Amino acid sequence: MDPLRAISPAPDQPPALHERAMDNLRYIRETMERATAFTGISGWGEVAIGVTALIAAVLAANQTTFKAWLAVWIAEGLISLLIAGWSMDRKARAASMPLVSGPGRKAVFSLSPPIIAGGLLTLVLVRAGLTNLIPGMWLVLYGTGVITGGMFSVPVVPVMGSCFMVLGAIALFAPPALANWFMAAGFGGLHLIFGVIIARKHGG
Amino acid sequence: MAKGSSAKQRKQESEAEAPRPTRTPQKNAAPNLDRLIHERLRLGIISALAVNESLTFSDLKSLMNTTDGNLSVHARKLEEAGYISCSKYFDGRLPKTEYKLTTSGKQALENYLSHMESLIKQMRKT
Repeated sequence: MDPLRAISPAPDQPPALHERAMDNLRYIRETMERATAFTGISGWGEVAIGVTALIAAVLAANQTTFKAWLAVWIAEGLISLLIAGWSMDRKARAASMPLVSGPGRKAVFSLSPPIIAGGLLTLVLVRAGLTNLIPGMWLVLYGTGVITGGMFSVPVVPVMGSCFMVLGAIALFAPPALANWFMAAGFGGLHLIFGVIIARKHGG
Repeated sequence: MAKGSSAKQRKQESEAEAPRPTRTPQKNAAPNLDRLIHERLRLGIISALAVNESLTFSDLKSLMNTTDGNLSVHARKLEEAGYISCSKYFDGRLPKTEYKLTTSGKQALENYLSHMESLIKQMRKT
């Protein structure tokens, strides 16, 4: 029978100290990443995007050619990107810490593939003459991007993405005359509603 | 009036006691560690505030996953040290407490971070 042996204390201090320092740094980083989810997506930025989208919807509805309609919405897309970038930049400045780049980068990386795919498909569908499918396709792809990007944020963000996908799916099977209404409801309405929710509940 | 009567010039320094036999080979490993920040919850509060302009008491509570009492004790310690500032206001009828990181709090976190980094670097060398 083996005699009971006392559990020996950690032999030397340095590795423990070193590990604790690493652990502390990890804890700081994790806390910061968790904390940025509170404001990671700027609710007021989304409200602004929603407002510009509603204006774009009115402008687009008054265009007579499809090309002009498309141009209005593409311009709106670029404006939205600028607004989103600006509100993220503001948030990063408020933080002004080097450790926070994680969540923002993740969001950008997961949102950009569907947007690039959307651009590509727009080109293809225009060439194929299937322009009726463009609004639904945009809404669905934007929704997927928001869902994947929102995985790292507060739960309301993926919910918003799902709403975009559902709306886009309906738009794909709806009469083309309603296309502009779907665009207004999605990029205008959903952004406004969820922007206000995020701004109210998640600090700005 | 000259005040410094010289008699008690000499401070009683407890240095005379034998220094504790610390085994640590490195020179100045952790002498000036900011104890105020070092505590887990307080470190968390500072870190969370570093990436937000302000957070309310309830934001912090759910982030840190802690109790009212615990959070308020630690927040008060940080406030007394001047690392965070606290303001109270009413949102409708709900009283809200809002915390912000002060410049000296930010400085303290930066010092703490570089302290940890230097600890790690020191270990890598050996």
